[in-house]
Amino acid sequence: MSSELTRRTAAELAELIASGQVSAVEVAQAHLDRITAVDGRIKAFLHVDAETALAQARAVDERRAAGERLGPLAGVPIAHKDVFTTADMPTTAGSKILEGWRPPYDATITRRLREAGLVIIGKTNMDEFAMGSSTENSAFGPTRNPWNLDRIPGGSSGGSSAAVAAYEAPLATGTDTGGSIRQPAAVTGIVGTKPTYGGSSRYGLIAFASSLDTPGPFARTVLDAALLHEAFSGHDPMDSTSIDRPVPPVVEAARRADVAGLRIGVVRELGGEGFQPGVQARFNEAVELLESLGAKVTEVSCPHFTYALPAYYLIAPSECSSNLARFDAMRYGLRIGDDGARSAEEVMALTRAEGFGPEVKRRIMLGTYALSSGYYDAYYGKAQQVRTLIIRDFEAAFEQVDVLVSPTTPTTAFPIGDRVDDPMAMYLADLATIPSNLAGNAAISVPCGLAEEDGLPVGLQVMAPTLADDRVYRVGAAVEKALEDRWGGPLLAKAPELAEADR
Amino acid sequence: MSEKHAAGSPAAGEARGGAAITRDEVAHLARLSRLALGEDELDHLAAQLDVIISAVARVQEVAAEDIPPTSHALPLTNVFRPDEVRPSLAPEQALAGAPAAEDQRFRVPRILGEEA
Repeated sequence: MSSELTRRTAAELAELIASGQVSAVEVAQAHLDRITAVDGRIKAFLHVDAETALAQARAVDERRAAGERLGPLAGVPIAHKDVFTTADMPTTAGSKILEGWRPPYDATITRRLREAGLVIIGKTNMDEFAMGSSTENSAFGPTRNPWNLDRIPGGSSGGSSAAVAAYEAPLATGTDTGGSIRQPAAVTGIVGTKPTYGGSSRYGLIAFASSLDTPGPFARTVLDAALLHEAFSGHDPMDSTSIDRPVPPVVEAARRADVAGLRIGVVRELGGEGFQPGVQARFNEAVELLESLGAKVTEVSCPHFTYALPAYYLIAPSECSSNLARFDAMRYGLRIGDDGARSAEEVMALTRAEGFGPEVKRRIMLGTYALSSGYYDAYYGKAQQVRTLIIRDFEAAFEQVDVLVSPTTPTTAFPIGDRVDDPMAMYLADLATIPSNLAGNAAISVPCGLAEEDGLPVGLQVMAPTLADDRVYRVGAAVEKALEDRWGGPLLAKAPELAEADR
Repeated sequence: MSEKHAAGSPAAGEARGGAAITRDEVAHLARLSRLALGEDELDHLAAQLDVIISAVARVQEVAAEDIPPTSHALPLTNVFRPDEVRPSLAPEQALAGAPAAEDQRFRVPRILGEEA
């Protein structure tokens, strides 16, 4: 029963727990056992505390026994990306500068899910301060892709995607600044959503680029992602960019799973040249499938999308250089060189040089450059104008169609170490996901098959207008259902078994 | 890296158009960023930043003067709330992660240099 429990979806687990067939403690224990058995090879987790997890699960069982009405995911384990603050577990954002730091408070999303009865099973590995597309920038070592241990699991939320794909957790949270949920979901064969910016609270999230950072769900099914999305979304007075509007009906849309009559636009600029043939082939099949399900498919041009990547790599580093100024060695975290003779400024510079990894330094320097006097207009100012043009491209496209689709990533998971010394090659991984971050609208990645040349997962990206998050779930669920019928089960069932080590 | 850019920054607003970022500029950026970088790191970063900046300079190809800039995808409005006294973190909680503390305060290295 124990290992079988880890194969269940979140919706199934919630039902088993609610009907009293299993306890939240049994479910938590099954996942803790799985982590013990496989995480030595995957390294999805930075922190797992079995006692704390089991205590939370016991509390849920007691609340239920006392007749308390709990949320629809009560008792289901969840792994949080280590960028969400947790009052009872360390939070490092994958950085040495925060090693061992225990936040004095919970992020809003952490708190809401705790109150809804979800059990925090641990904190997952990530690219330092969410900067990266491979989880190789973690100060604590890379995470590995459960499909092939020599490959990256995507990034920056690669620990979360790997944990869900390796059956270590049924659900996980991530953050998507330039694609950091959708890209890891695509390359590990699972589902990941970037909600509408402002639809999910950023309070208690260690900030990278404030106008882009968007927390969102990882799951193995579209319905599970929708359930998690609904559980943590909604207006948060603690975040001044939080949207004070009702949460779109994402769960209902995931259950509806039909695309008859829906107008779907294939983005001409996100495909073809530069996209791996096996990725393009699976994407084309998914589009044909949508058409066979009754959707009206047309090609749509978004001419400025080709400028999204350069605009992003000016805007995100600019915001990062400002946000990371708070790591000043004075109030929390690492302090290096405080020998009584050095000034605060010297200690600050020594600490930051020691505490930040290469990618973080690169982006701080790039941001400082883009914002410096003399260059501001030519770089940051121009990038913000490009952002306007991308928003206009989306607006024009959404006058013609209800959703847009593209491959989520140009390639499947690349080998660990392949792109570490070539930042521009690494940045290309987020080519197709970045436009939605710049515009703030909703997008999802769902599995659409394996690339012929390497047998690795390919993701289909579905993008919808701001606050039309329900549409991405409707399309995602329809594709999932049709493909699972074709495959005779979920894509993840095709992943190689990870032998469980003796415990 | 060519010699001709070795001293000082190019003129304000000058588009890069293939011009290189100098090692001196990188050292200056590191000081502004409060990063005490080693010589090797400066060399390595200068080369990488040069490649990245040349690539992102493409943004200059498209945006005409009449396009308004967007800094934020949401139209932001100021959020107000009543000015009420509410519980906050206790001093021990606020200081719990501090590298050094004394008398319920953060202890920091000297702020003013000897030349100040």
